[in-house]
Amino acid sequence: MSDLSVESRTRRTVAKMLLVVVGMFGFGFAMVPAYQVFCEITGFNGFVSLQPAANPDSAAAVDTERTVNVEFVATVNESRPWVFRPETSRLEVRPGELHTVYFVTENTTNRDTVSQIIPSVAPGNASRYLHKTECFCFTEQPFEANQSRKMPVTFFIDPAISERTTTVTLSYTLFDLRDGDAPDFDEDAAGLHSSAL
Amino acid sequence: MSATTHDAHDAHHHGPPPGYLTRWLFTTNHKDLGVLYLVFALAMFFVGGAMAMIIRAELFQPGLTLVDPHFFNQMTTMHALVMIFGAVMPGFTGLANWLIPVQIGAPDMALPRVNNWAFWLLPAGFVLLLATLFMPGGSPAGGWTMYPPLILQLGDAFPFLIFAVHILGISSIMGSINIVATILNLRAPGMTLMKMPLFVWAWLITGFLIIAVMPVLAGAVTMLLTDQYFGTSFFSAAGGGDPVMFQHIFWFFGHPEVYILILPAFGIVSAIIPTFTRKPLFGYSSMVYATASIAFLIFIVWGHHMFSVGMPLSGQLFFMYATMLVAVPTGVKIFNWMATMWQGSMTFETPMLFAIAFVLLFTVGGLSGVMLALAPVDLQYHDTYFVVAHFHYVLVTGAIFSIMAAVYFWLPKWTGHMYDERLGKWHFWLSTISVNVLFFPQHFLGLAGMPRRIPDYALQFADFNMISSIGGFAFGLSQLLFVWIIVKCVRGGEKATDEVWEGAKGLEWTLPSPAPYHTFETPPTVK
Repeated sequence: MSDLSVESRTRRTVAKMLLVVVGMFGFGFAMVPAYQVFCEITGFNGFVSLQPAANPDSAAAVDTERTVNVEFVATVNESRPWVFRPETSRLEVRPGELHTVYFVTENTTNRDTVSQIIPSVAPGNASRYLHKTECFCFTEQPFEANQSRKMPVTFFIDPAISERTTTVTLSYTLFDLRDGDAPDFDEDAAGLHSSAL
Repeated sequence: MSATTHDAHDAHHHGPPPGYLTRWLFTTNHKDLGVLYLVFALAMFFVGGAMAMIIRAELFQPGLTLVDPHFFNQMTTMHALVMIFGAVMPGFTGLANWLIPVQIGAPDMALPRVNNWAFWLLPAGFVLLLATLFMPGGSPAGGWTMYPPLILQLGDAFPFLIFAVHILGISSIMGSINIVATILNLRAPGMTLMKMPLFVWAWLITGFLIIAVMPVLAGAVTMLLTDQYFGTSFFSAAGGGDPVMFQHIFWFFGHPEVYILILPAFGIVSAIIPTFTRKPLFGYSSMVYATASIAFLIFIVWGHHMFSVGMPLSGQLFFMYATMLVAVPTGVKIFNWMATMWQGSMTFETPMLFAIAFVLLFTVGGLSGVMLALAPVDLQYHDTYFVVAHFHYVLVTGAIFSIMAAVYFWLPKWTGHMYDERLGKWHFWLSTISVNVLFFPQHFLGLAGMPRRIPDYALQFADFNMISSIGGFAFGLSQLLFVWIIVKCVRGGEKATDEVWEGAKGLEWTLPSPAPYHTFETPPTVK
């Protein structure tokens, strides 16, 4: 123990503790970019890049020995009134081959809006090997009222993908940004709950 | 209730300040604040308990029988929040306030006014939280874990929930800084760290845990708040965020939190078992190191709450092995308690009964915890009643039983009277039998696939649910007896000796019973 009085030692302890508190509050927020970087590097959690990938080098890179099944899934967040489905639900591809598939999208609401479509890949450790050279998910997609269009995604499977991965699922979720996509508390839904008796 | 009059003539031993309201509102005395914390915890135990009774009443029979499902969801969510932040944490903080200064020979806590402020934030936080029950849309109903996006669909209660969590977090952080500062700076001469009672050790480590993780929870709920009102997208996939990230941040807080709820219990049991065994604690230093290694391990195991989110194999393996490692230091503790009892001259007063029940039933909860740690089987157990049974064994027969043991153990020191031993034994046996009737069948329900947080269930679960509900009502009613025993002991009873228990060791037992308002103004010397 030092010669300092109890008061000044206590003050020092408290100051150190407060530093820890501030530091850990910051740590909580630092986990946000750290999480992104970690997922980007490791490919954990099905991290999918939103940047266009370069085209595969040449036809020589195509792995003719095996094929990978690619499945396509489309979901509309919050069950909004949209039509959103892949034209092809499943494709057998050779690693290194470039393919394009189309997603049928229709804004069935009577107003202009903007959507953002977020990709996800399962299994998570395959996400680093599915490269999209062109995708509707790279930018926000404006839609006029009742507009319908087919949107392309061009992709290839990296030949470096593990031999054990035979199926990759590419899933898209459509968010309607006009409403902020966060519904307010719904009195009618609450009414439904209480009438469940 | 600990007011003393017999030494009011002594100028150096002031009694409490005059005036009932000013005494309790402005008190900076660690014993008064300990009493306030404990009374508050007891009140919240009954508020949370009433919610549990509603849950068990609804589940008594299959079908939507009593309350509407939305209200049922509010009850499960609020029951957890009230019990964790209102009953167990303030209960332990109250014990720390009362006991740590008298166990280390300090005159009071290091920061008495901070102590008062930390306590009075609690009722403020709970006014915010409980007020949500009367709001349009009701109180939080998405689970105490507050996962987005579900929690963002909460109505007017949302900001109240967030600010209540902020206030309760600030309260427990201030309380912990105070406790750590007291333990590090106010020990009596000769009271080295390795001579401290284990309750003090446990709280020193718990204090550090609270200081380290409560700010992380505050950060997480602040992100929820800005996502909802200020257009950020921390957890919204549409804006590039990730709802799974909330679970990572939440459980980085949440897993240390469950040990915050149990480490002080280890300290309490380590005080009670040697007393009634009339032997020193077996393996004191290994107890300290085991507690410290638990405190380290629990920072790297949060992922075991999230096996089902789609974690890669390597992540599952890491979290599974790390989690199972926690069983090693915990096992050291269990075996040390057993070795302490081995060949001791044991007597079975109520605190000892609760402590033995703690060792036995906490181990049951620990073993189901090891089962849940196994990633492959966790996918089946996840979100079933097996999980409910597991954490109620560690929290009710663990944390709550240890608080009850502590109350019986130190009540004579606080009030100067012995509690009614016959009623205490009744309370113990009623509680222990009913709590097992309540929670043991839930293991079977969970293994058979009954999901948690659902107001209705398939017909094949009816019998076990009815048994469980009967146990629940019996356990709830038994706690009224606990209140009566405390009231009776405060009012009067057989005069307690200074030592109270035959085998009691420690500075607090050198004080008169009841302990005077001010103690150890000149520090004792510890050999």
